[in-house]
Amino acid sequence: MTDAGAAPAVLELAGIEKAFGAVSVLRGIDLDVRSGEVHALLGENGAGKSTLMRILLGAESADRGRMKLAGEAYAPKSPGDARRAGVVMVPQERTLCLHMTVLENIVLGLEPHLAGFVRRGEARSIAERALGLVTGVGRRIALDARAGQLSVADQQLVEIARALAQGGAADDASGERRASGGHVQGVLVLDEPTSSLGHDDAARLFTRVHALKAAGLAIVLVTHFLGDVRAHADRYTVLRDGKVQGTGDPNDTPPEQIVREMLGRELEEQGRAAGGSEGASSRHEGTSSRQDDVLLDVRGLGGHERPRSASFVLHRGEVLGIAGLVGSGRTELLRLIAGLDEPARGDVDVRADKGVGLLSEDRGGEGLMLARSIAENVTLSKRGSFLAMPGRILADGARWIDLLSIKASAPSQAAGELSGGNQQKVQIARLLREDYDVLLVDEPTRGIDVASKAQVLALVRDLARRGKGIVLVSSQLDELISACDRIAVLRRGALEAPRAASAWTEEQLLLEASS
Amino acid sequence: MKLGAILPERRPAWLGPLVAVLVVYAVFAVLTPDTFLRTQNLLTMARQTVVVAICALGMTMVIVTGGIDLSTGSLVALTTVVVARLLKSGYSPGVAVLCALAVAAGVGALIGTLVGRFKMMPFVVTLGAMSILRGGAKGLADEQKIDCDTKGLEKLLSADLAAPGLWIALGLAVLVALLLGYTKFGRHVFAVGSNESAARLCGIDPARVKILVYTLSSLSFGIAGVMELSTLTVGDPTDSIGLELDVIAAVVIGGASLAGGEGSVVGAVLGALLMTVIKTGAVHEGMPSWTQEIATGAIIVMAVALDRARRSRQVGARR
Repeated sequence: MTDAGAAPAVLELAGIEKAFGAVSVLRGIDLDVRSGEVHALLGENGAGKSTLMRILLGAESADRGRMKLAGEAYAPKSPGDARRAGVVMVPQERTLCLHMTVLENIVLGLEPHLAGFVRRGEARSIAERALGLVTGVGRRIALDARAGQLSVADQQLVEIARALAQGGAADDASGERRASGGHVQGVLVLDEPTSSLGHDDAARLFTRVHALKAAGLAIVLVTHFLGDVRAHADRYTVLRDGKVQGTGDPNDTPPEQIVREMLGRELEEQGRAAGGSEGASSRHEGTSSRQDDVLLDVRGLGGHERPRSASFVLHRGEVLGIAGLVGSGRTELLRLIAGLDEPARGDVDVRADKGVGLLSEDRGGEGLMLARSIAENVTLSKRGSFLAMPGRILADGARWIDLLSIKASAPSQAAGELSGGNQQKVQIARLLREDYDVLLVDEPTRGIDVASKAQVLALVRDLARRGKGIVLVSSQLDELISACDRIAVLRRGALEAPRAASAWTEEQLLLEASS
Repeated sequence: MKLGAILPERRPAWLGPLVAVLVVYAVFAVLTPDTFLRTQNLLTMARQTVVVAICALGMTMVIVTGGIDLSTGSLVALTTVVVARLLKSGYSPGVAVLCALAVAAGVGALIGTLVGRFKMMPFVVTLGAMSILRGGAKGLADEQKIDCDTKGLEKLLSADLAAPGLWIALGLAVLVALLLGYTKFGRHVFAVGSNESAARLCGIDPARVKILVYTLSSLSFGIAGVMELSTLTVGDPTDSIGLELDVIAAVVIGGASLAGGEGSVVGAVLGALLMTVIKTGAVHEGMPSWTQEIATGAIIVMAVALDRARRSRQVGARR
């Protein structure tokens, strides 16, 4: 791959197919990435982006199809193989060891050593070269700083430097090559690099991405932000249902077309036909929404990072939807309203006597005591009398299992043994038992099966009809449009004014959230 | 199928330790029937268990919240010193004991505040407290034992069935078992240990729960300190060094998990009893003391290993 810089495409994928059991995830993907370009990979959740990237990085192998790297057959059997070939990825979530220094993080796993002792000078020069590639001259990141002391944006740059070091871009050999040809070899995959960054930091990051591109790297940018794609990508490819739906120059393509390619015409119409009728009927019954009966008045609410500002009014009997990309601050907004985090500015006026309850998106981590029984989870409450008789707790649990038709062997069964949908119902049972006026519902259908999804959404509508106020956060746009009365879009931390759900289409929501 | 419906879904946590106590007791009874089976021996073992068992009541609560308390031995020693000094200064036994218990509860409230409100690691806070309280006890006692007229306190653990100490320990065990198993507070203690975020989500203040737990547990160490004074009949600042390790062992043998969310008061008391039976049995058998130490250690590791094995089997059976 020494003289691959001259080849038109450094990475070529042809006819890649992959199935997990009977589910076919990739159905013949063709993709080529050129040296010195940023190639954006777009697609909704479940479109097959992650699987494709896993195959590219050797974490998964394709069932059919072939890959070529710099003109030679490329079939990595492990991420290690991929790294040695110069194909590396910076994952979406941060993976630095925050207690260690920048230098230690960059050479982690690559430490040059003599009989087990790290050769410090050599390690430093590798880290220096890798960080230099990313930050350029006049870099602001010190090699001996602790990773935890850096800003999120700088940590991101260190992650990229580490990936490049692992791909061999900072080796002596390629250093010589760079000196001779000014070229850095390899493929760098950036997975949602700006989802946790503010506007300025994102812009700074892209300046560096442009520099890496100019140095000859082939960069695959996996993202949801159409704005970033238009501003920074040379080409884009849209995946949907495991197929390439469109590819081209993002600057010659209207964003509406890209969104259509992502959502899919016929799929969307189906969704509207099914969801629309159901949504319309439940909304008709849900006319109990009383404009004068305000439960929540949120004014200029902001957290320390996200959200930046959010204002809205929630009425009794309505479902207010919040749409936004991952990292836009949706969960943080709900936590601020629930009083779990301290707001940095703005205020929440809760006019609901019975308070505000939150359904956490993190069922295992925050929502439930997985090792304890269903009954204990349902009845866990601040309120209640001094005595808590086990018999009565079990009876109470049994009653809720019955009411919400939770599939369980007994109220004494551990919550962790239930399916995702049934765990979700246990969480909901707890909120209903507390009888809150306002329910903040975060991704209620994540990771649960289709039948349970419909049940959970019907329950949400039903609760609104019975006079609760509900704020629903969901990544499923069809879900928002069918279940909500009004929808507001959260874009890079700022909540826009809500509009009637009937006025939105999925396309418009996605366009608004990702622009 | 029918049998499965009748049997409880989970064996109670104290069943294992109960079987262990009975088996070990039976073994020693067979080996040395003439001495081991005497009522006097039973009474002696019960009296020797009292201090560890009372401490284990509080430690169980602490461990269920996911915490640990290393200052137990130091607090017990401090209590003996405080009571002895007050008695020597002429205060009545009632006043002396109440003051000492107030000191113990105050120490617990402070530890609980540091752990709960200031989110400090319980291990570190109580490691510090262990040293501070030990030093405080020595300072208060001028680095020597305090002889005093115990004015009746020595009868707390007298060698007969009527010894009030035995019944106080039993009564406290019942009380703490009820508190953990049958009250809202008990539920909250388990919830904080099982998933602190979930507890907070439900409006429970984990810091408040922890402050209460450490206060109550230190109070139990104080009560144990009074019992210790009753057997020592002097205030001894160097007493009970390493007691906390015996107490933690008893709680763990009793089925608690150091990760929090699990634990049994009955199990912990049985765990304390098991260690006494081993020690006493070994003495009766004329076994050297190092063998008791090995046996106790092996039982701790075995208890946890068996518990792990049982749990992975349960999970496996359900899948």
